[in-house]
Amino acid sequence: MTRAGLATRLAVLALLVAAPAMLDTYRTFLLTEILIFGLFAASLDLLLGYTGLPSLGHAGYFGVGGYAAGLFALHVTPNAFAQLAVALGVAAGVALVTGVFAVRSRGVYFLMLTLAFGQLLWVLALNWTSLTGGSNGIYGIPAPTLGGSSSWLVPSDHFYWYTLGVFLVGYVALKFVVASPFGRALAGIRGNEERMGSLGYSVPLSKLAVFTLAGAIAGFAGALACQQSKYFSPDGMSFDVSAVAVVVIVIGGQRTLLGAVLGAAFYYVMRDQLSDALSSHWQLVLGAVFVLVVYLLPGGLVSGGRRLQRRVVR
Amino acid sequence: MASLLAANFFDQNFSAILNGVALGMLIFVLAIGLSLIFGLLDVINLAHGSLYLLGTYLGYQLVEHQGLPFILAAGIAIVFGLALGLVLAGALLPVRDRGHLDQVLLTLGLFFIVADLVTIIWGRDFHTITPPGFLRPSKVIFGHYYPSYRLGVIVVGLVIAVVTYVVFERTQLGAILRAAIEDRAMVAALGHNVKLATLSVVLAGSALATFAGVIGGPIEQVTPGVGDDVLLLALIVVVVGGLGSIPGAFVASLIIGQAQSLGVALGQEHGLPQAAPFALFGTMALILIARPQGLFGK
Repeated sequence: MTRAGLATRLAVLALLVAAPAMLDTYRTFLLTEILIFGLFAASLDLLLGYTGLPSLGHAGYFGVGGYAAGLFALHVTPNAFAQLAVALGVAAGVALVTGVFAVRSRGVYFLMLTLAFGQLLWVLALNWTSLTGGSNGIYGIPAPTLGGSSSWLVPSDHFYWYTLGVFLVGYVALKFVVASPFGRALAGIRGNEERMGSLGYSVPLSKLAVFTLAGAIAGFAGALACQQSKYFSPDGMSFDVSAVAVVVIVIGGQRTLLGAVLGAAFYYVMRDQLSDALSSHWQLVLGAVFVLVVYLLPGGLVSGGRRLQRRVVR
Repeated sequence: MASLLAANFFDQNFSAILNGVALGMLIFVLAIGLSLIFGLLDVINLAHGSLYLLGTYLGYQLVEHQGLPFILAAGIAIVFGLALGLVLAGALLPVRDRGHLDQVLLTLGLFFIVADLVTIIWGRDFHTITPPGFLRPSKVIFGHYYPSYRLGVIVVGLVIAVVTYVVFERTQLGAILRAAIEDRAMVAALGHNVKLATLSVVLAGSALATFAGVIGGPIEQVTPGVGDDVLLLALIVVVVGGLGSIPGAFVASLIIGQAQSLGVALGQEHGLPQAAPFALFGTMALILIARPQGLFGK
């Protein structure tokens, strides 16, 4: 890492830590949402960008994590970290079981099979009323607690700092994974699956591992979402959530992780600003943005930023 | 005993089963273009749902407001679809080699824009298209009353299936298309005009989609959201059948039509209306687990 790179990272980190002091409660809440969705989208980027596995059902694991955390909070303990751990484990388990079938298919077939799994999980949440409360969802979830303090996480800036910490753990873990030999094997699978197989890598096993890992981190993010709103319903894991995650990655730029987070920020801020101004034609603007990004900004925000940077430096 | 049970099931769910066939045929007409555009151009065209949406609103406008006969409206929709196909071909050209995700984002963007324009022009209310006069009464079939319009849709779907099959398997154009799905560059190198053949498929597929919008109008509701529903079903049909395979899409539309129609009917019967998607996505998941390349895919 260059010195300038390190300085930039530290500056961004300092800015993120200081953010609640500069923002009102509502904007702090929005920034928290962005971090949560950014982590979720980054976990999808691991599949979609790095491994070339376009999942359209990733919200299913986000939802499994959300419900696991919420139900654990309702019935067992309000401890925040315990909920995160349970959500991580349950989402990993569900991703492992569905992944066994999903990773046997490729391309558009993989896309549609993961869509089917995501929708089946959603239908399950909608109909398993005794556990999930059906379409009403689970509510009345106690505020999460940290250690001995029962109310420290209640103010929105405290919850933001907690989310920032958890986000950084997840984000850095993803960074390590993509830089590791396993991450390079994933890139090899994206480039040429047959060749990786001939080189002696177990392609199905690597795919299953990354599918499970991505699902686990999605569940982790889902738990955060549930802790923030103290509520979770099937809407939180619907097809729209999966689709928005894909869109956010393409807007931000694939295979960067940062792109997923920037894309999430772009999407949430735009939705926040535009739904005030033209609430009825939000879809029209969103559609126009998609079209413009594809035609004018190939590679998304991150590559656009890099091109700009190169031009400025020169 | 088993055959008696089967006969009983058939009698009890007669309407749902035939509705499933009609829905399947409607989705098949839409899926032809989607499947061939994917096969030839390697483009996932989500805007295909918008073609249906525009077709269905055009039909509604012409039949219900302009008072044109249903058949004439369907014909106008076909011409309109050809023109839209030209626009679509122009929009897709720059992203042909950009990977599926860019294509998905672009065509999803177009899909959103069209859906919103439709609400600006026609509002969000539910409408329907009145079927042509000669198809309005019900007919008795297998001892049940059944709307003859839906039987008409089944017949039209079968005719289109046969015509598509003959064009594909028995003509020069069909041979070029089948070869181009396998290896586009080689067919072009042999001196065939692959670009023209591809353009003709985009145009024909688009015209079939707007046509499907008109004939679907009396069955499905005319709402801004109907494009989402039919697009999803058509995508499922294309993938379950095997990408680029017309016979596959035909068989898959019959299966998926039943899964959707019986899923809704049985869900309502057992007081679980929200369980209907379970039949649809469960069927798709089971087929793709058993055959990861689709029923007729390679």
